[in-house]
Amino acid sequence: MSGFFSKQHSVAQPGYSRWLVPPAALSVHLCIGQAYAFSVFNDPLTRVIGVASSAPDDWKLTTLGWIFSLAIVFLGLSAAFGGKWLEKVGPRLTMFVAACCFGGGFLISALGVHLHEIWLIYLGYGVIGGIGLGLGYVSPVSTLIKWFPDRRGMATGMAIMGFGGGAMIGAPLSVLLMDHFKSAESVGVVQTFLVMGGLYFCSMLIGALTIRIPPPNWQPAGWTPPLVQNKMITDKHVHIDQALKTPQFYLLWLVLCLNVTAGIGVLGQASVMIQEMFKGSVTPASAAGFVGLLSLFNMGGRFFWSSASDYLGRKNTYFIFFAVGAGLYSTIPTMGMTGNMALFVLLYALIMSMYGGGFSTIPAYLADIFGTRFVGGIHGRLLTAWSTAGVLGPVLVNYIREYQISQGVAKADAYNVTMYIMAGLLVVGFIANLSIRPVHEKHHMKHGDFDELDGIYPADDADH
Amino acid sequence: MNNSESSKSSSPWLLAVFWLYVLIPLSWGVWSTLKKALALFG
Repeated sequence: MSGFFSKQHSVAQPGYSRWLVPPAALSVHLCIGQAYAFSVFNDPLTRVIGVASSAPDDWKLTTLGWIFSLAIVFLGLSAAFGGKWLEKVGPRLTMFVAACCFGGGFLISALGVHLHEIWLIYLGYGVIGGIGLGLGYVSPVSTLIKWFPDRRGMATGMAIMGFGGGAMIGAPLSVLLMDHFKSAESVGVVQTFLVMGGLYFCSMLIGALTIRIPPPNWQPAGWTPPLVQNKMITDKHVHIDQALKTPQFYLLWLVLCLNVTAGIGVLGQASVMIQEMFKGSVTPASAAGFVGLLSLFNMGGRFFWSSASDYLGRKNTYFIFFAVGAGLYSTIPTMGMTGNMALFVLLYALIMSMYGGGFSTIPAYLADIFGTRFVGGIHGRLLTAWSTAGVLGPVLVNYIREYQISQGVAKADAYNVTMYIMAGLLVVGFIANLSIRPVHEKHHMKHGDFDELDGIYPADDADH
Repeated sequence: MNNSESSKSSSPWLLAVFWLYVLIPLSWGVWSTLKKALALFG
């Protein structure tokens, strides 16, 4: 079994089409993206005992909020610590373990709901499922980059777009299943968890069985590495541990963290913001529609911007995110004051597309700076920036808003300062991006270093 | 055991089926979200 899942046994044979790799990656990312739709279970989980309405012994929303938080924390931890293991064992075994963890997490959580033991859900979805999220997120990234040296951005964009799309499938699927299974005695969550755990396990397993790594020296037919090398794209490789000793890693960490902090911050308040800025013309239902529209732009931006980065260059793409983004964030308060809702929606949608683009362009940026050999592991460690931003963004926005209101600022105007501060964060991100230079050659791996690892020095591939 | 016994080219049918396998649920998710988003313009 371990042989079948080993790295050596997942090397592609001649004739294998590289276009099988993106759907293999998508079959994992479309599953784990469900995490962003977990909130659809919140209301039913507060009525597990009372069914029609909450009973005194039912779980409170504050208790349930920890499930998602734990999952995101373990996503970051497993991506950071599991990345090195991924590079050692390959994507197939990593995807298989991710499938077991994510699918198994649902099954343990189903038992937790059945027994009404919250710690089982914390353990199941939060800890074990969270580990599945992190391993599943990073597992196909380096493989895609190696299969698509000519279109690194587009390839990773396809997979990471799937993470955005996963919530769009997960939310209606959960509602559909709960409606099917609910009865006078049950809210239907146990059965829904069991079905979803099984479905997600199977889908992720299909991805694990289909993915292949390219053989040594492989290149796309008819493609040769560009003769005039872009200084910002290296053909050398930096080891995961060595990457942490370079300033580039921390600058890129800051670039991701600031882009995500600003995006998460405004995404979290989008629904309330549009209702308060356009009082009377936006109902809670249309505000929910607005959030749905933003999630579409978030997903589309992941593919669009990372694909565009293949032509624009990674550094220039982030310059656009930070410069245009700062301008858009600063313009939003004016749109609210002038009452131009169409433009307000358009600007918000553009911001969300660049928020998504920040996630999907970063793996290709890492591959350009640190080489392709350990990009999966380095990407995993960089995802701690996402976890940090996940805490920082909402806290910053809520704190600023509460402070403004306590100072007597009208609710509709309390967002203005927030938007200006977010624009300021993007300016800092612009400076961090501006400071990124090629990695000093002392950090590059030498032939001897590779011999210790597996006897292959991948830079030889690039000489062909 | 080698899982990739065949050295033949990947079948275009296999490619099409695998892409449909991921694109159909994704399209359903996008459609469900779009329907919700229409409320904004309704």
